[in-house]
Amino acid sequence: MSSRALRVGALSVAFIVLAALPIWVGNQYYINIASQILFWAVFALALNVLVGYGGLVSLGHAALFAMAGYTAGLMLAAGHGHFAADLTAIVVTLITSAVFAVLALRSTGIGFLMITLALGQILWGIAYRWASLTNGDNGVNVRSRPAPFGFELATADAFYYATFVVFVLAVMSMAVFVRSPFGASLRGTRDQARRMNALGYNVWLIRFLAFLLSGFWSGIAGILFVYYNQFISPQVVALQTSAEVLLMVISGGTATLLGPIAGATIVVIMKNVVSAYIERWNLVLGIIFVAIISFMPEGLVPGTVRLWRMGRQALRAKPAAKPDKLRDGRP
Amino acid sequence: MTALRVNALCKSFGGLRVTTNVNLTVEPGERRLIIGPNGAGKTTLFNLITGELRPDSGSILLFDQDITRVASRRRAHLGMARTYQIITLFGRDTILRNVTLALLGLSPLRWNPLIDLDREQHLVERARDALARVGLGHIAERPLAQTSYGERRRVEIAMALAQSPKILLLDEPFAGLSIDERRDVRQLLTAIPRDVTIVMIEHNMDVALEFAERITLLHFGEVIVEGTRSDVVNDPRTREVYLGE
Amino acid sequence: MSLWLTLAVNSIALGGLLFLLSAGFSLIFGLMRIPNLMHGSFFMLGAYFGVTFLGKGMNFFLAALLSGVAMAIIGAAIERFLLRRLAGQELPQVLLTLGFSFIVADICLMIWTGDPWQPPTPRELVGAVQVASLFFPIYRLAIVAVAVVIAIALWLLVDWTRLGAMIRAGVDDAPIARVVGIKVSQLFTLVFALGAGLAAFGGVMGAPYLSVYPGLDAEMLPLALIVVILGGTGSLLGALVGSFLIGFLYNFGQAMFPDLAYVILFLPMLLVLVLRPQGLFGRVVT
Repeated sequence: MSSRALRVGALSVAFIVLAALPIWVGNQYYINIASQILFWAVFALALNVLVGYGGLVSLGHAALFAMAGYTAGLMLAAGHGHFAADLTAIVVTLITSAVFAVLALRSTGIGFLMITLALGQILWGIAYRWASLTNGDNGVNVRSRPAPFGFELATADAFYYATFVVFVLAVMSMAVFVRSPFGASLRGTRDQARRMNALGYNVWLIRFLAFLLSGFWSGIAGILFVYYNQFISPQVVALQTSAEVLLMVISGGTATLLGPIAGATIVVIMKNVVSAYIERWNLVLGIIFVAIISFMPEGLVPGTVRLWRMGRQALRAKPAAKPDKLRDGRP
Repeated sequence: MTALRVNALCKSFGGLRVTTNVNLTVEPGERRLIIGPNGAGKTTLFNLITGELRPDSGSILLFDQDITRVASRRRAHLGMARTYQIITLFGRDTILRNVTLALLGLSPLRWNPLIDLDREQHLVERARDALARVGLGHIAERPLAQTSYGERRRVEIAMALAQSPKILLLDEPFAGLSIDERRDVRQLLTAIPRDVTIVMIEHNMDVALEFAERITLLHFGEVIVEGTRSDVVNDPRTREVYLGE
Repeated sequence: MSLWLTLAVNSIALGGLLFLLSAGFSLIFGLMRIPNLMHGSFFMLGAYFGVTFLGKGMNFFLAALLSGVAMAIIGAAIERFLLRRLAGQELPQVLLTLGFSFIVADICLMIWTGDPWQPPTPRELVGAVQVASLFFPIYRLAIVAVAVVIAIALWLLVDWTRLGAMIRAGVDDAPIARVVGIKVSQLFTLVFALGAGLAAFGGVMGAPYLSVYPGLDAEMLPLALIVVILGGTGSLLGALVGSFLIGFLYNFGQAMFPDLAYVILFLPMLLVLVLRPQGLFGRVVT
C-alpha cells in the first residue's frame, strides 16, 4: 500500500474512533479524560506554532490560555451571555498576545524565553494578588456550560462531542496553515532568519502574526478548559502550566502535527490516570522532561517513526529505496 | 544612470573603523570585482549595501534611488539579490522548496495562510526553471541535506537569479569548489544576461580576473585602487597590499 | 515611622539573602549563558538540608556550610553528567534545569512534607541592637554582614585570582577562552557547583527568617531572575546592587500596593529586557 493511502486510512480510522468514543467508552471518567486530552492538544498545537514552526520557545503561554478562561469566567459571573463572554475572551486574548509579541519579539532564543516567562509571571501575579479583579486564590466559578444551537453540554458525552468538533477544526486549520505559503515563510524564519530577510520577507511581522495565531488557539483551548472545569484559579497561570504544555509539545515532537497531540495524550493520561497510583506527579513530569530532553530531543513521535523505519529496513532483504520523508504537517 | 553608487560610506564598530570613506560607482550591466586581503571589509561593504548593517555616514543609490534608509528586506523588492560566503540555505527542505521560497519572497502570496504552496503551479514551475538554468533540474526533489557543496552553491545562485534581480551581489561564489565545479559556476555566471549588473567578492584570482571588467581593491576598509583589470593588476599599490607594506 | 524602619531593615536583610541567591545565578548565566531555572530549587533544598542538620543539633553556621557543600556536589554532578551532554545547546539546557526543578520540588515534598519549617534564630544572634531609640534585630543584620563578607570573598576571587580571571574570560568569550587553553568545561562545572552551594548556604541563612515551605523555590527563582536581569548578567556588582534594590522593591511594594506586588517586581525586569538587555552593569546580552 502506498504510504499516502496508508496515511489517509489511518487518519480516517482515527477520526471514526474518536468521533464515536463516548459510545465505545462507557465510563464517564474516561470520556472526561478524553475531553481533557483534546483541549490540551489544541493548546499544545497552538504553542507548537511558535515552538515547532517558528523556532521560538515560550514559557509564558499559560497566561494566554488563562486570559481567555478568566475573561470568559468573569464575564459570565457578571451576568453576560455565553456568546458575549466567549467572544470577549478571544478578543482580549488576541490583544494580550499582541502585547506579548511586541515585547517578546525584541529578542529570540533565550531572551524570548525570559521575556515570555516574565510576562507570564506578571499575569500570574495579577491573577493571584489582584483579588478584587480576579477573586485571587478563590478562583472564579462558572455556573453553566453553553448550549450552542440548543445542544446542551452539561453531560460528559455532550461536552466531549463539542470539544471534538473544536479539536477537528483546530487540526484542520493547522494542517492548512502548515502547507500554506505563510506556514512556509514562518518555517523559513525559524531556519534562516537572516536569509529570509535578504529574500524580501518581513521576519518580525511573520513572527508577530504567528504569535497571534498561537494566541487565538490557546484562547480557544482556555475557554474549553474553563467550561470543562467550570472553575479557574491562579494556578492555571503558573509557570508549571506553561512548562506542562511545553512538555507536551517537546515530548511528542515539534516537527509534526501528531507530535503535540501525542504529547498532550501522554501528559494528560499520566497526570490523571497514573497519579491515581503514583502520588508524586511532579516528580514523574520532571523525570520525563529530563529524560526526553537528554535522550530523545526530537520528541517521541519522530523518534518512534525513526525506529519504525529502521525496523522496516532491517526486515527487507535489500536496502530500502528512498525512505519516507516526514514532511512538516503530515502526521 | 548608474546601477549602484556608494558615496563616502563609513562604518565603525566601537573604535574599529571597518569602512572608511568608500566610493563606488557601478554601471548597469557591468561585471565588477571587489578584492582585498582578509579583513579588508569586503563582506562588511556588502552588508552595508544590502542594508543588514546601517552605515554611520554616507549614502547608497540603487539605479539613482537613495536606498540608504530603506529597510534591508525591501531592497530585494527593489531588485537587489545576494549570495553569502557561508552557505545558509534551508537544510530541512528540498532544493526545489529552497528556490520556491526565494520566489515567494517577492510575491504577495507569501502572506497567504490558506492555499497549498506545493499546488501553486506557476510558482513551482518557475522554481524548476531556475534550477534547470543552473543544471540542477534533474534533482529538484532532492533534500538539500543530500546535495554536495558544489550543488548547494549552485542552488544559492539559482535562488538569487530566481528573483530576477537587477543587481546581483556574489560573496565568494567560488569558495570551496573543485576545479570542475568552478568551471561550471563560471559558465553559469558568464551566461547571465547584461540586464543584470554583477558585483563579486572573490579571493580566487584566476577565475575572478577572467570574469571582471573593472576591479576595486579594498584594504582596511578603504578603496586603494580602482580601474580596469590591467590598471589594477599593474598598479604598484596592489602588490603592496597583498605582499605587505 | 517604625513601620518604615522595620520595612527598611527587612529589605536589606532580604537583599542580603537575595545576593547569596543571585550571585551564583549571575555567574552561571554569565558563563554558561543559561538562566538556571533550578536555582530556586537549590535555595530551597539547601534550606531543607539545613533544617535536618539543625534538627540533629548541629551548630548553625556549620549546618549552613555543610548544606552549601552538599549542594555544590549535587550541582557539580548535574552539570557534569547531564548538562554537559547538551553542551552548546542552551535551550535544552534551560529546559533540563526546569525539569529538575519539578523533580526537586516533589522530592522535598516527599521527605519534608508540606508543613513549613522554621528553625529558631541561632542563640548567639537572638535579640536586638539598640541605636538611639531604634531597635535593629541582630539576626537580620548578621545576614547582611554575611552577605557582604561573601560579596568581598567573591570579588577577591573573581578580580584577583587566576581562577577568577579564567571565569571572567569565559564570561567575555567562552569559545576564545577555550582556544587560549582555558578548560571552559571544567569552569562550567565549578561555577555551577559554586552557584548551587551559595544558593543553599543562603537558603539556610534565610530559614529562620523566611522559613522553608513548598513553593519557596518558585518564589525565589523569579527574584533571582529579576535581580540578575536588572543588575546585569555576569556582574557581581550588579547582583549586589540589584539584590538590595529588589529587597526594597519587594517589601515596600508589598506594603504599599499589595494588589500589584508581583507586577511591581516584574515590570522593571521586563523594561530592562526590552530596552537595555545588558542590565545596569552587565556586559552579556542574550
